[in-house]
Amino acid sequence: MNAPFTPPAPESLACEPVVRVRRLSRRFTLKGVLDGVDLEIRRGEFVALLGRSGCGKSTLLRALARLDHEAEGDGEIVVPERRSVVFQDARLLPWKRVLDNVILGLSGPDAEARGVRALLEVELLGREASWPYELSGGEQQRVALARSLVREPELLLADEPFGALDALTRIRMHALLKRLSEAHRPAVLLVTHDVDEAIELAHRVVVLEQGRVAADIAVELPPDGPERSVRFAALRRQLLGRLGVAEREAAPTLISSGDPP
Amino acid sequence: MSAQSPTLFSAVLKRPDAARRPWVATKAVRAVRRLGVGKPDPLGWLLGPALLLLVWTLGSMSGLIDARILPAPWATVSTAADLIHEGRLQANLAISAWRAAQGLAFGVVAGVLVALASGLSLWGGYVFDGLVQVKRAIPVLALIPLIVLWFGIGETMKVTVIAISVFIPIYLNTHAALRGIETRYVELAETLGLSRWTFVRQVVLPGALPGFLLGLRFAVMAAWLALVVVEQLNATSGIGYMINLARTYAQSDVIVVGLVVYALLGLTSDLAVRQVETRALAWRRTFGR
Ligand SMILES: Nc1ncnc2c1ncn2[C@@H]1O[C@H](COP(=O)(O)OP(=O)(O)OP(=O)(O)O)[C@@H](O)[C@H]1O
Ligand SMILES: [Mg+2]
Repeated sequence: MNAPFTPPAPESLACEPVVRVRRLSRRFTLKGVLDGVDLEIRRGEFVALLGRSGCGKSTLLRALARLDHEAEGDGEIVVPERRSVVFQDARLLPWKRVLDNVILGLSGPDAEARGVRALLEVELLGREASWPYELSGGEQQRVALARSLVREPELLLADEPFGALDALTRIRMHALLKRLSEAHRPAVLLVTHDVDEAIELAHRVVVLEQGRVAADIAVELPPDGPERSVRFAALRRQLLGRLGVAEREAAPTLISSGDPP
Repeated sequence: MSAQSPTLFSAVLKRPDAARRPWVATKAVRAVRRLGVGKPDPLGWLLGPALLLLVWTLGSMSGLIDARILPAPWATVSTAADLIHEGRLQANLAISAWRAAQGLAFGVVAGVLVALASGLSLWGGYVFDGLVQVKRAIPVLALIPLIVLWFGIGETMKVTVIAISVFIPIYLNTHAALRGIETRYVELAETLGLSRWTFVRQVVLPGALPGFLLGLRFAVMAAWLALVVVEQLNATSGIGYMINLARTYAQSDVIVVGLVVYALLGLTSDLAVRQVETRALAWRRTFGR
């Protein structure tokens, strides 16, 4: 794996946000979930969304994906037309081969070539004709990523996409997602419950609490060196504190700091 | 990762000495599935019928089975040979098969069309589903008097009865499969921005195919059942007619030949549908296959 490296926040941070959420509220029968969420994401910006289980992360993401038909609420949402969702389950159509899953709904003579290129990017070249059941969980998730990226989204929404993967596969997926999001530069909203994952990947970490954005912290880590480890640890402690977890309670992970492996 | 783990790994990877470590299997043994029924032999299902044949043969040889009640297997075989020689068996078989095929074709087409209309649109469902449920409550056999009144006792009546029996399982299974498409896939299609037509063609129809094929298997059985009924009713040709005639003359061997033919028809057609199923559902990893 490449040395973990958080690039400097993109210069385009100065430009217009592609996602704008104002005073968003959502409620399910009798149960308020979101209560005045404000959030902006700029082009090329990678935002991680943290929060306790049941705090409404998925609800927010589904609202941005325009999938929340059953929730009531109001507020203002501006999202780009071209957006892709990576779900927690890879959600491949079992009756379509890998390549057909990737290019599902694409038209045009170059659709297949684009699909093959996307599979190359996720390191799955040669598996075009496999059935989804013949792939491992991580491979399926990579196909789902290829399916999202082949559409060249302006906004990539991902709801715990690596939640079901083992720690090693997850590290490889982090590197992959990082590389791909830097190459394609969509705005990214990644829902996760893994603080390390959030710091590792994102330019900004947003914490959702009691239906609102309770913290919005820029991740500005030097690319390498002992300084990085110290700052990583401090940020980790700060975020865990916000989530109401003392650090010694948090499970140790394989990427506890920026040490090169 | 601790410093010990490399040694741990290499210890495991080292070729184990079989004599000193009897619990390590040195020959590659494929793990046996502990739950589930395991991989069946494709010809395994023949065992039951073979046993039945054996009991029948032994019973007839020892005289335990009276030939007037059930003729011996060899007598049945020679009767079948005679019937084939006279050409009666083939002629009647062709007529019966043609009736069943027509009824099956009409029933399947109608079942699929109505299921699509009621499965893919809310209003189609309101109109057709209730009707089919009402129809389902009336056994097909109870409708025969009315059908005879409308179509007479000729071929049209026979094909109609078979088609109606086929229609029901095709409709029910296809409709349920179309409506039962998982929300996850609907959401996926929405986020991919699929058009309604693409959604139906790429997601709903292939997703409903297993349901349709299950319906087809029921439908084929229903077709043979309906065939038997209409041929007993008032026929002047067909396997059912042959059996009926044999009853009049107390030719139990002919009756048994007719029954064997029915069994063979049912089995081969079921096998054919299963073959189609295996081809069409290659994407599915199923229990016991
Ligand atoms: N369709 C629904 N109907 C009723 N209540 C719902 C529905 N979807 C979510 N909720 C409720 O809204 C709250 C927020 O759910 P949400 O799925 O957004 O949580 P989350 O932050 O994604 O949690 P997790 O980290 O466990 O995935 C939960 O309390 C849940 O019970
Ligand atoms: Mg969630």
